[in-house]
Amino acid sequence: MEKQVFQKVLNENKVKRPVFLNAVKAFITGGVICFIAQVILYLFKDKVGLPKDQANSLMYIVVVGVTSILTGFGIFDKIGQFSGAGTLIPITGFSNSMTSAALESKSEGIVLGIMTNMFKLAGAVIAAGVVSAFISGLIIYLVR
Amino acid sequence: MKKIGKNSVEFNHVYLRTSSAISGPKEAEGPLGQYFDASYKDNYCGGQNWEQAEIILQQHAIEAALSKSGLKMDEIDLAIGGDLNNQIAVTNYSLRAYDVAYLGVFSACSTCTQSMLLAAMLVDSGYGENIMTITSSHNSTSERQFRYPTEYGGQKPTSMTSTATGAGASIISSIPSSIRVTRATIGKIIDPDLSDAQDMGRTMAPAAATTFKTHLEDFQIEPSEYDLILTGDLSKYGSEIFLKILEEWQIQTPENTNDAGLMLYDIEKQNVFAGGSGCGCVTLVTLGYVVHALKTGKYNKVLIIATGALMNPIMVAQNESIPAIAHAIALERSML
Repeated sequence: MEKQVFQKVLNENKVKRPVFLNAVKAFITGGVICFIAQVILYLFKDKVGLPKDQANSLMYIVVVGVTSILTGFGIFDKIGQFSGAGTLIPITGFSNSMTSAALESKSEGIVLGIMTNMFKLAGAVIAAGVVSAFISGLIIYLVR
Repeated sequence: MKKIGKNSVEFNHVYLRTSSAISGPKEAEGPLGQYFDASYKDNYCGGQNWEQAEIILQQHAIEAALSKSGLKMDEIDLAIGGDLNNQIAVTNYSLRAYDVAYLGVFSACSTCTQSMLLAAMLVDSGYGENIMTITSSHNSTSERQFRYPTEYGGQKPTSMTSTATGAGASIISSIPSSIRVTRATIGKIIDPDLSDAQDMGRTMAPAAATTFKTHLEDFQIEPSEYDLILTGDLSKYGSEIFLKILEEWQIQTPENTNDAGLMLYDIEKQNVFAGGSGCGCVTLVTLGYVVHALKTGKYNKVLIIATGALMNPIMVAQNESIPAIAHAIALERSML
């Protein structure tokens, strides 16, 4: 009886999320991050003259490192609030999830705190990555 | 003390002898900042980590209540309180420093009114002369336990509430003073089948409305009985639901309704999304602002309906919904 009243009122008054606006913001910020990463890659490869593999790795290190530092200074969560998936989907999101979890757990010590909890959020990404890499690898192997 | 109706009690000789409210930095910058006894400039409050910070806040609130009332801890017959941490750890550790009998309670944000109404019942039934209540919350201890790490860059929705950093203590007493504790209504668990931990205001609104309705029915009074009906902490979206449910029940929507989550912060400017939440929020508003307003005569009768979303991350991950509860307590200006 009463529950029906609650359901009715709650269903009539849902909080609308600005999905379109969020998508636009994510598209732009995600694009900007990829553009910056491409410029870094270009600098390492064509200006410094490193081989492609090394240039790639160095670019990742720079992006992950900068994100990690921004997380430590308490800036990245503010950027993330604006950009949403734009910063969460690229490798910046991975770096932030690890750094933030590690920072949060630092009071519980190095082993039980930082090392145990570091992958609390990123673990899902790693597991999903390994599983999907295995499946797509298997498909490629069978198709060939 | 007399049982009234189904779930309510009327107190005979119970008074709010003193209260204290200690806040974090963001709360001090909010519209009610001037009503707090003290505020910390950073979220660590001089502690090593967030949990220590919350302990410091609680102990500061206890000390402030004692010094304001001129009492010593050995004159306190019992301490009742809780917080949002697992095993109400912060309250357990804060009270480790004191030689006092203690009952720990938990009902999420409604721990504030739950401990006050239990204290009032015990005082009125003769357990003792002075009973202290203590409640607190800290933004970062709650975020890490219930949601994500503080620095995690995920996007928070507009329905999200921001857990307040603050602690408050009160001394409920049989010795007459300027504020009387007159009535209380105990809530029941209401589960509206919502499971979004980032939308707790709407989850708690049905519980608040149910307790309010029970209160009106038990005492056979109209909403206009009170100068202020304070819910806490439904925030922006929850308050809308609260009023709409009352409308459905044809309870004349009281204009004198407000929500602690909307009062503690300037929600346009302070980056708190839909408003404040946590035991600290309703505690700071009640024991800081409302007590002051009762003493100065701005209000005569106030009903505080504190609401708790009884959220457990494991249960929610197992596809369970979030049960909610609300307990109400009425404070009245006495002629002393």
